[in-house]
Order: sequence, then structure tokens, then C-alpha cells
Amino acid sequence: MGEHDQDVSRPDGEPERSRAPYRVIGTPAPAEERTLLGTATADAPPPPAPRELPAEPADLAAAKRAERIIAALFILSALAGIGFIAAYVGLEVQTNLVAVLRSNLALGISMSVAFLALAAGGVLWVRTVMPDVELTEERKPLRSPEDARQQFAETFRESTEASGFVKRPLLRRTLILASLPLLAAPVVLLRDLGPLPGTKLRHTVWRKGLRLTIAGSNAPIRPADFDSPGGMITVIPEGYANDDDAIAKAAVIIIKFEPGQLAYPTNLNWTVDNIVAYSKICTHVGCPVALYEQTTHHILCPCHQSTFDAPRGAQVLFGPATRPLPQLPMGTDSEGYLVALSDFKVPVGPAFWERG
Amino acid sequence: MSNVNGAPAGPVEKLLAGTGTFLDDRLRAAKSTRTFLRKIFPDHWTFLLGEIALYSFIILLLTGTFLTFFFKPSMTSVVYHGTYTKLHGVRMSEAYASTLNISFDVRGGLLIRQIHHWAADLFVAAILVHMLRIFFTGAYRKPREFNWLIGIVMYTLALLEGLFGYSLPDDLLSGTGLRITEGVLLGIPIVGTYGSFFLFGGQFPGHDIIPRLYILHVLLIPALLLALISAHLFLMFHQKHTQMPGKGHTDRNVVGQPLYPYFAAKTGSFFLFIFGVLALLSTFAQINPIWLYGPYNPAEISAGSQPDFYMGFLEGSLRMMPNWSWNLWGHTFAWNVVIPALVPLGLILTAAALWPFIERWLTGDQLEHHVLDRPRNAATRTAIGVATVTFYGILWLEGANDVIADHFSISLYLTTEIARYAIFIGPVVAYWLTKRICLGLQRKDAQSLLHGYETGMIRMTPDGEFIEEEQPVPEEARAVLAARQDYAIPLPAADGGEDDGVPAPGTRGAVGKLRLRFARVLLEGAPPAGDGHGNGHGNGHAAIEHGEPERAAVTTGDGPPSGTAPDHPTDGPTTHSG
Amino acid sequence: MRRRPIAGYAVVLLGLIGIGGTYAALTAHGSPASAAAPAANPQQIAQGRTLFVQNCSSCHGLMAQGTATGPSLIGVGGAAVYFQVSTGRMPAKELEAEMARKPPVFNEQQTRAIAAYIQALGGGPPIPSAAQVSTAGADPGLGQELFTENCSQCHNFVGAGGALTQGKYAPALTASTPTQIYTAMQTGPEAMPVFNDGTITPSQKRDIIAYITQTRTEPNPGGFSLGRIGPVTEGLVGWIGGLGAIILAAMWITAKRRAHR
Repeated sequence: MGEHDQDVSRPDGEPERSRAPYRVIGTPAPAEERTLLGTATADAPPPPAPRELPAEPADLAAAKRAERIIAALFILSALAGIGFIAAYVGLEVQTNLVAVLRSNLALGISMSVAFLALAAGGVLWVRTVMPDVELTEERKPLRSPEDARQQFAETFRESTEASGFVKRPLLRRTLILASLPLLAAPVVLLRDLGPLPGTKLRHTVWRKGLRLTIAGSNAPIRPADFDSPGGMITVIPEGYANDDDAIAKAAVIIIKFEPGQLAYPTNLNWTVDNIVAYSKICTHVGCPVALYEQTTHHILCPCHQSTFDAPRGAQVLFGPATRPLPQLPMGTDSEGYLVALSDFKVPVGPAFWERG
Repeated sequence: MSNVNGAPAGPVEKLLAGTGTFLDDRLRAAKSTRTFLRKIFPDHWTFLLGEIALYSFIILLLTGTFLTFFFKPSMTSVVYHGTYTKLHGVRMSEAYASTLNISFDVRGGLLIRQIHHWAADLFVAAILVHMLRIFFTGAYRKPREFNWLIGIVMYTLALLEGLFGYSLPDDLLSGTGLRITEGVLLGIPIVGTYGSFFLFGGQFPGHDIIPRLYILHVLLIPALLLALISAHLFLMFHQKHTQMPGKGHTDRNVVGQPLYPYFAAKTGSFFLFIFGVLALLSTFAQINPIWLYGPYNPAEISAGSQPDFYMGFLEGSLRMMPNWSWNLWGHTFAWNVVIPALVPLGLILTAAALWPFIERWLTGDQLEHHVLDRPRNAATRTAIGVATVTFYGILWLEGANDVIADHFSISLYLTTEIARYAIFIGPVVAYWLTKRICLGLQRKDAQSLLHGYETGMIRMTPDGEFIEEEQPVPEEARAVLAARQDYAIPLPAADGGEDDGVPAPGTRGAVGKLRLRFARVLLEGAPPAGDGHGNGHGNGHAAIEHGEPERAAVTTGDGPPSGTAPDHPTDGPTTHSG
Repeated sequence: MRRRPIAGYAVVLLGLIGIGGTYAALTAHGSPASAAAPAANPQQIAQGRTLFVQNCSSCHGLMAQGTATGPSLIGVGGAAVYFQVSTGRMPAKELEAEMARKPPVFNEQQTRAIAAYIQALGGGPPIPSAAQVSTAGADPGLGQELFTENCSQCHNFVGAGGALTQGKYAPALTASTPTQIYTAMQTGPEAMPVFNDGTITPSQKRDIIAYITQTRTEPNPGGFSLGRIGPVTEGLVGWIGGLGAIILAAMWITAKRRAHR
């Protein structure tokens, strides 16, 4: 077969691989093919399968045009890639924000162009240069044929029988027994992930005599300093400015009112000079609640909009919180600074199962 | 080495002869690789949505690896004196400081960080739209229930992965999210406080949460995701992809283009597109500017604090919940926290996971499905899907209610009040509206099949009547329009039908009757035009293919079963009542 | 003792000093770092009074004592007037849930005149001097901490503003001058709490001003800022811009080719 093949030249000089032997029309086929006897096919390669995909697209001119565009896109992508490397090497970032901005722009634009040009070129290639085809593939039902299923069942049955797992309950049960603690062990190993809650959630670091200090400046406060009605400030216990665990429960806001505005259920014994102290930790899920509206005297939590009535014990007016903000018992020390009289009388922050 | 035809070998032949034989000698891969190369992939843009998720994940892996070279997952307190001078002297965790370092001191660091975050958002968004596509086209039906379940698990993992990831820099915004997580955990009955203490290694914030989230985020969850993605893709390869209804598309074939070179080139280009779009976003759209948020301090908070969008619906549930709680026997049942945390997500995930099996139980449909449904042709399913999307959407909007209130000048409390009612009314309205639209579209398709497309050309007949010329539907479109449930669902008749008066198994008893009623609603569709069953008067007939035996005959309760021949004559002159 | 003519004047002078001193002692507020404000001259006060009567007295009363529609301005100080008038909030055309910043009606000189009048009328915190609001040498790091502890829960991390209840809102701080920021903190306009100099000292106020002004002018190295309000706008851009663009690409990739029938 092979020796009869020749290359057939196409008009523009490119050789085309022909599938069948080339011969002039009318010439009889080679003797091998005409014989009625079977041919010795032991060493003859099988005939090539018929083509599924054409070699060239239908519209060659469009493909040629597209080829130029695609090549241009790929070259653009290459240049952008080089530009990325150049920008990386050439542009510093550590000087200031403008340098960071410049570097980000340069690196980002070059990377985007590199990727997008390559992508666009690829898509154009598929759509114009590759011949358009639609092929069909057969689906077999997913269900295995019956005999395969039978065979599987047989094998599985035999093997299980051979294992003795079903027939010997003592082995089976003791195996399961042995695996249970092994499965439980990794769960048990997690116990030391953290301490038990105990009563920790019921207490904060506030105690008698601990000074209130302004968060950020850590300055203690005299009532005379905080004497503008409508004033509000965040305070933390003195000495705990770097202790986030303590602050997470002990953060407090103090609000100054006009005389006569504070009322039940605010505990007036815990106020100083119409200054009241409430926990800043929302009783919903723990966000700091410090959005104080001076005109309405409402404290709003920005997370989920729980609203508390500041003059009247920080009771809940709206929103998902269920409990009022705990009030910190407040007094003054011998030097006149605001101090806590004791810890909060109720747990601060979100409700929990054991809170009661 | 010459090729089969005796000509000198080109590069392809050299490759086949060299590397090809080398590998095949060791792997016996010729046949399977050939099948692989010829694997057919149907073409529809909605089939690429899952690829968006896949490629976003790969980009996350690549950019994430880069970030791990610079990020320090430590909550040790440091005082900053780096490039970002505005925060000089500010106390922050090492995690936050290292993120500032990545953003301002590492070349390309900010770009990679932003690509990582944009890719994370895109990952979850793509999962959501992909999930919706699967649902609305019924691709979750047999044999693809496993893939559906794997997908739901991956969605949940993706949520967690994103949450843990954006919490790693320990900035004010994400730290607030962790605080809310702690508060929600605390509210869970019995085990809440223990869970919170074990997760945070003690009280909030502790020193353990960032390193722990780090290992979950860079090792455990990506490993799980990789395994599930591999299973997901393998199943998809093994079962072959579904295809849209069309000419020549049946349940027994796949029509499309082969993997090599077509699909490989398309999917490769798509990957580059996605990478390019992400790079573009990361160049021109700033995301997660943690230097503006500042380091986390449990006493600090900002107005307009939101989580990333995919947690938005949980945030909205927390905001809209009324403050219900019980205080009984020394214990607090914090419904105001437990319900929003568990109910919406639990409802959606459970309903989604069970849906393929519910649908199968209701319809009794045991067939394999490889041709997709057009959403309009499964009106009830589509309506349920849209109702669920509405439910999710209202929760999501409420999660941004303070931003909405501020920018559209709506009273803050009003947004929450509206949401509290809309969450119930919205899905119902959405269901009804979607169903009517689907049924209307079905009727339109039936009309088109029967009468052809309107051309807009008016012609006068000799006796003075004006009629519109119609153009018959072309072959390709005909296949699509007619592809409405071209399989008969063996739905048992309400009263045993014509057989022997014995109700079919599965329809007996209270459960059976309920099943039948839901099945009727589920299979409700406008009757196909042209077989005389009313001119668009949809009265609850199960959709039946023209000419198929009336196995799916169901009545509305009174009147004879429509399995009998139509009593009313077929249509005379065509009417355009639509 | 022979009476001298000057004795009468001496007695009056002593009396004035006595009354003035008693008054000052009785009404002393704890403002340790009181501004060395430029002394208001009588002409400025007179001009301020004229402007006040013409434009403000219909709501605030002829003697700024307040009416049903406007609160009393006795004791609010020149600082409060400066804030309200220079941001255009006052004179108010109509009562809203919250007065919005508008182009101011009065220029700087007129504003200071009205402020001087109210200051002279009832006292209160005066307008800070230029030195008092200068951010030279300020510590923006401390400013960041203070701002985030006390201000960002209403105004957002960078001062982009936020929602309050019942139609009120904390405005964005993009256009506020240092003097306006200072006076706002000092006087607590409308729903904003008061941050007097006893709690946030003038130096700390300058740190906060430095933080605000530096933040709002600093570039966004990551691209467009998207409003600097966080994940809401990021999500919108990601879904519409990002996913939208990618879906368009998907449609292009899978579209039927024109040649293909």
C-alpha cells in the first residue's frame, strides 16, 4: 500500500497527505486489492480510520485574517509580560503610598493585558482558525450490564464469605469494639483547645477602686473634666490598655446628662454628677455599642441596630438585643477621679446558656 | 522515522514516536487517552459557570501560596513603625503588621493580595450562579445527585474558607466579624460557651484564633475542597456532561466539540480571561483596604460594618430578628441569636440537599436525565427556585440595611421593619409571579410551534380580512421549543385510572395523597398547543407529549379523566389570543 | 477725709472688678486649655447682632433665647455658631430630621461676626484659633486610635459617614475644614455627642484632625476607592463588573459561529 502513495501537490505548493493510494483514473487497482483470496494482513497496518475533524476551517480567508489578529494579540501579550517584569524590577514600593499606587498600576495593567490578550487570541483561534465541527458521542446507560452486576455480586459475596466477617460475629463485634475508642480519641484530643468556661463569662476585670481611663490617651477622668451635658467617651480600666481580652469585656462608655434626666431603672447610686457608665459590649452578639445620639439619648449599636435608652437603664428599645446594657457602679476616689465601685452586677456581653 | 504514508516525520509524528511510545510502554494509556481526547463537551455559556468557580479556586491557590510566604499568623502585639507612617506607634498584632508589609513593602504584594480577595468573592459568586443553573435546568436529577450533594458541601466549605481567610489580617472589620461569631456561638444552647472557649482558646479574642484559622484556611479546607473538586470533576467526566435541548440532542448522546483541541483551547482561554478580569479588578478597584480599617481592638467599631457578600445573608438574619429569648430554669434560650444563625442557612442547605430526592419521590421519575430542562418547562421547580433566591436576597439586602438607609435616605428602623414582613411575603409573591411567567412562556412556545413566528407583515386576503403572515419555526428552534418533558412520568392516576380501581402503590394513605397533590403541582404545565386540550386554558393537566400514551393523566377532581378523547373539536380558524 | 473726684471712678472700677471677678469665679467651666481667641471688637459684635436679628431670630428668638422652632443659643459659644453657619446648615430653610451640609449663606467674616455676637451674649466655647487646629506635629497614629474609639461608630473608619435612627445620619467628613471638625467635637451639633477639652484634649483633637485630613487625602494604592465603605460596594463591583465581564466572555466563547449555518 505504501509504495503506491505519492504526495499530491496543491496549487500553492503545500503537500497534502492523501488517504488513499494515488492512481490515474482508469488504472486497475493493485493486484493485492483485487484478489479474492484473503491477504496476509499480519504485517499490514490497519487502514486509517476516516477523519472526524477536517484539517482546515471552511473559511480560509477569514482564518488567514484572524491569524494576523491573533498573532498581534499574542505579541501584545508577550510585550505586556515583559512589561510586568520590567515594572517589578524598576518600580519601588517602600517609599510612600504613591509609589505603591504606581507599582500596583504598572504591574496590574501589564498583567491584565498579558492575560486578556492571550485569552482573546486563544478564543479567536478556536473560533476562526479551527474548523467548526459538531460531533456526537454515544452515551451508554450508566447502569452496568446485568452480567457485570452478577459478577460483581458474586465476587463480593465470595470475598466477604472468605473474610469471615459476617459468619463470625465474635470477630466482627470485637473489631467494632476496638475501633470505637480509636475513633473517639481524636475528638478527645481536642479537649485542651481551650479552658472550660467556668464562671469566667460572669466577671470582668473591674473591681472596687479601679480607675476609669480614656481609651487611647489612658488618662484618668475627673467629673469636672467631663462636665458637658451630651458628652460621651469610651473608657477602659486603668492598666489594661494592652490587654485585649480584658478590654473585650471591660470596655465602658460614660455619658454626661443634665440634672434630672437620669431615671429609673438607672441606678442613681452608681452615677457621679449625672455621669452614668454602661458596658460598651452589646448584649446581642458583642459589638461595641457606642453610637450615642445626643438628642434622643439613644445608644445605637452599629452592627445590628439594637437601640438602648441611655437615661433609663439602657433598656432595649429596638433591635435584636434582649437585655439592657449592664451599668457599671461608679464613684470617685480620694483624688476625685472616677473609679468603679465593684464589678458589673450582671454578666456583660452576649447572652449565653448558663447566664440565667 | 516516517509516518504511515512514508513521508518524512513532522513534529507531531516525532512527539508520538518519542514521548508517546515512552509513556505508553509504561502506562497502557493509548485507548483511554484517545477516548479522553475525543470526549465531547456540549456548548452553552451556562456550562462555563462551574469553570469560573474552578479557575477562581486555582487562582486562589496560586496567589494564596505567594501570600503565605509573607504572612505571619500570630496575634503577638507589636508597635508599628513601617512604611505606612500614619499608623506609626499604633499597637497591632503581627498578623496585621505582616499584611501591611505585604501591601506596602513587597513588590506585587498588594496586587496579589487584591487578586486573592477578588478571586475569593468571585469563587463564591460563581458557585452560587452555577448552583442556580444546575437547579433551574434540572441537572441534579439522576444520575447526578452525588455531584449536587458534593456541590452543596463545597459551597459550605467555600463560605467558611472565605470567612476564615478575610479574618486572618486581624483588622477592625474582620475582627468585628469574629466578635459576632463568638457572640453567636455563645448563644447556642448547652454547648455554646464550650464551643466558644475551645475555638478561641479561652475568652475573646485570646491569642489562638488567628493561627488556628490560618491552618484551617491554608491546609484543611483547601485539601477538602481539592478532594471534593476532583470527585466532582471525575463524576462529571464519567457521567458525561448534560446538554441543552436541541436538534439531535437525546438522552443517549452528547453533541458538541471534542476536548482536544477545541475544549482545551476554550477552557484554557477562559482561565486566562478570568485571571485577566481579576487582575483588572485588582488594578482599578481597591478591595479590603485594611490599612484604612486599622487593627482590631475589641472596643472599636465602624459604622457600616459588613462581612463579605457571601456572609451577608447571615448578617441580615441577625439584624432582622426580633429580640426573642427565654429565661427558664436558670438558662437562657437566646432565640434572637440561635434562630438567625441556624434557620436560614439550615433551611436553604437542607432543602437544597434533599430536593433531588424529594422531586424524585414526588414524580416517581426513575429515568436517567442527560438532556436539560428549559427552566420555563419546569414551572413549579423554577418558581420554587426563584422564591428561594428571593428569600436569600431579602436577607442579603437586610445585611446592608444601614448602608442602604444612609445612601437612599430611608429611615433605618423602617428597613428592618420592611424586611421582617418581606421575608414572608416576598417568596410567596415571587413564586406566584414566576410560575405565571413560566406558564405563559410555555404557552407562547406552544403557539409558536403551532403557528410559527410572527413576521409583522400584514396581508389582506381577497375577502378583505387582514391576517399576519407567519414564518414556520426553523428546525433547530423547533427542537428546542418542543423539548418539553419528552419523557412520560409514570404518575399514578388519582383514582386508579382505567385499570382496576386499586390505587397505585405510593399513593395510598395520607402520605400518598399528599404526595399526589404535590406531584400534580410540581408537574403543572401549560398544555401543548394543537392537541385540543384548551387554547391556553391551563387547568392543571400534567404536561404530556403530543401522541404519547396518556399515562400521566390526572384530573382536577371533577369531570372525566382527560385520558379520554377530547370532547371538544379541535381549533378552527387560528386565533391569536395567546 | 477730703473727697477727690477720682474716688468716684475708683469705686465704680472696684465694683466692676468685683462683680466681674465674682461672676467669673461662679461661672468658671473646666476648660483648662481655653482658646486665646482674638478679642471680638464691638463692631464685629454689632454686625453679628444685625445679621442675627435679620436671619436667625425668627427661629432662635430676638435675644437668642429660643422659640418653639429653634433652641436657645445662650451658652453654645462661638464655636457652635461657626460650625453650623460655616457648613451652611444654618440658617435652616426647613426643618428636617437632620440639617444637611449646604453651601454656606454667609462668608467667613460674617460667620465670625455672628459667632462673636453669640459668644458675647452667652459665652461658651469660642472659635479655636488657627494654631489650635493646626496639624503640624500632630500624631495621626494616636488620632487613629481616638477616632476609632469614639467617632468611627457613627462616621465610619475613614469618615465616610453612616446611618443613625429615624432619618438622621452621621455625615461624611470629606469636606470638613479643621476648624469645623474641631468645633463639631467641642459643641456636639445635633445628635453628635460633645467631646469637650477635658476628655479629648486640644492636642488630641489636633491628632484626630490630622488623622481625618490625612486619610481623606491619601491615595488609594489599590485602585478606585469604591467609596471606602467596605464590602457592600466591593460586592456590587465584583458581581456586576467582575462576574458580568466573565459571563460576557463565556457567551463569546460558546457562541455559535456565523459560518455554522
